Amino acid sequence: MNGTDVFNEILAHLKDEPVVHANGFIGRESFNVKDRKASFYMIGSMGLASSIGLGVALSQPDKKVIVMDGDGNVLMAMGTLAMIAAAAPKNLVHVVIDNEVYESTGKQRSLSSEVALEEVARATGYPRVAKVSTRDELNDAFKKFMNSEGPSFLLVKAKPEFDHGTGRVTHTPEEITDRFMEAVNR
Amino acid sequence: MLTSQLFIQELRDRGFDFFAGVPCSLLSGLISTIENIPDVKYYPGVREDACVGLCAGAYMGGKLPVLMMQNSGLGYCLNAFTSLNLIYKIPVLVIMSWRGFGGKDAPEHIIMGDINEQLLETSQMKYAELTSDNYETVLQEALNTIQNEKLPYTLLVKKGLFDERH
Ligand SMILES: Cc1ncc(C[n+]2csc(CCOP(=O)(O)OP(=O)(O)O)c2C)c(N)n1
Ligand SMILES: [Mg+2]
Repeated sequence: MNGTDVFNEILAHLKDEPVVHANGFIGRESFNVKDRKASFYMIGSMGLASSIGLGVALSQPDKKVIVMDGDGNVLMAMGTLAMIAAAAPKNLVHVVIDNEVYESTGKQRSLSSEVALEEVARATGYPRVAKVSTRDELNDAFKKFMNSEGPSFLLVKAKPEFDHGTGRVTHTPEEITDRFMEAVNR
Repeated sequence: MLTSQLFIQELRDRGFDFFAGVPCSLLSGLISTIENIPDVKYYPGVREDACVGLCAGAYMGGKLPVLMMQNSGLGYCLNAFTSLNLIYKIPVLVIMSWRGFGGKDAPEHIIMGDINEQLLETSQMKYAELTSDNYETVLQEALNTIQNEKLPYTLLVKKGLFDERH
């Protein structure tokens, strides 16, 4: 699986659930598979998709909130895993596309080939943790996490195969906020 | 001096309903006051920029958030303020202690105490010093900025404004 494959699987499970994307190629891949009003495409503030998702989850406890993170993003804000585990929102599903590189800036290696991020999440206290690497495993685990109490952490091992023809998100940041808020507060 | 109880009540009266931060001794009274109110939650953050993210998410989910922090955390936050809040128009009320004001403080606070206003100004972040005389006016200005311009607003708090509890 590459990043686009991951979004092809995950977005097919979703209706209007809020999704917060990490910066870099991750948001672009999701946008090009399916643009959604309830998708927040973060373009800067590397590392903060997880804390943004936590804030959405705490303020919207009746909605499942999904964070689509990257290994580099998680490593930059590893302390946020502790904030999520401590606040323990039952409605948060934290998915990490782990390609073991900073793909967006040229595939420089990250530390996730040596550091098991799912074990870090487990140690901080996420009640549900899984690591998957095939489409079937991904679908099974994601479906299970969407139907159980979290916070859940789903590490998806993926290949860094970004298609450079994948366009950028065409909405302005302000438009992204407006439509996301409208969708989330409906 | 402004009592922590009074100021927290003033914030709640204006609709602020989500609190997060990293402690500073100058804000210790404020934080313990919130922690003692049963129907309001204070979320301890690991770093100030993670709190900026947390507050941004809470705002988009329908809350009116307050971030409490020491000015030593301002550097951590500049990327979040400039590449998230300011361009996405995501407001937050920041209550920031002003350590190092006037060059009288522990060595690690002196430089930031000298430049925190300039950093806020260069990053086009609106701010005001909070005092016991002006809190109604600056809170109104903060609310206007948050609700109408959808931008962050920072209140700088010098030593001695709030009761400290430690
Ligand atoms: C603070 C900061 N440092 C560096 C960058 C440059 N940058 C943008 S995306 C990215 C990589 C993100 O890595 P990861 O989360 O693993 O996602 P991937 O690119 O692999 O999809 C980097 C380093 C940035 N945007 N912000
Ligand atoms: Mg990566």
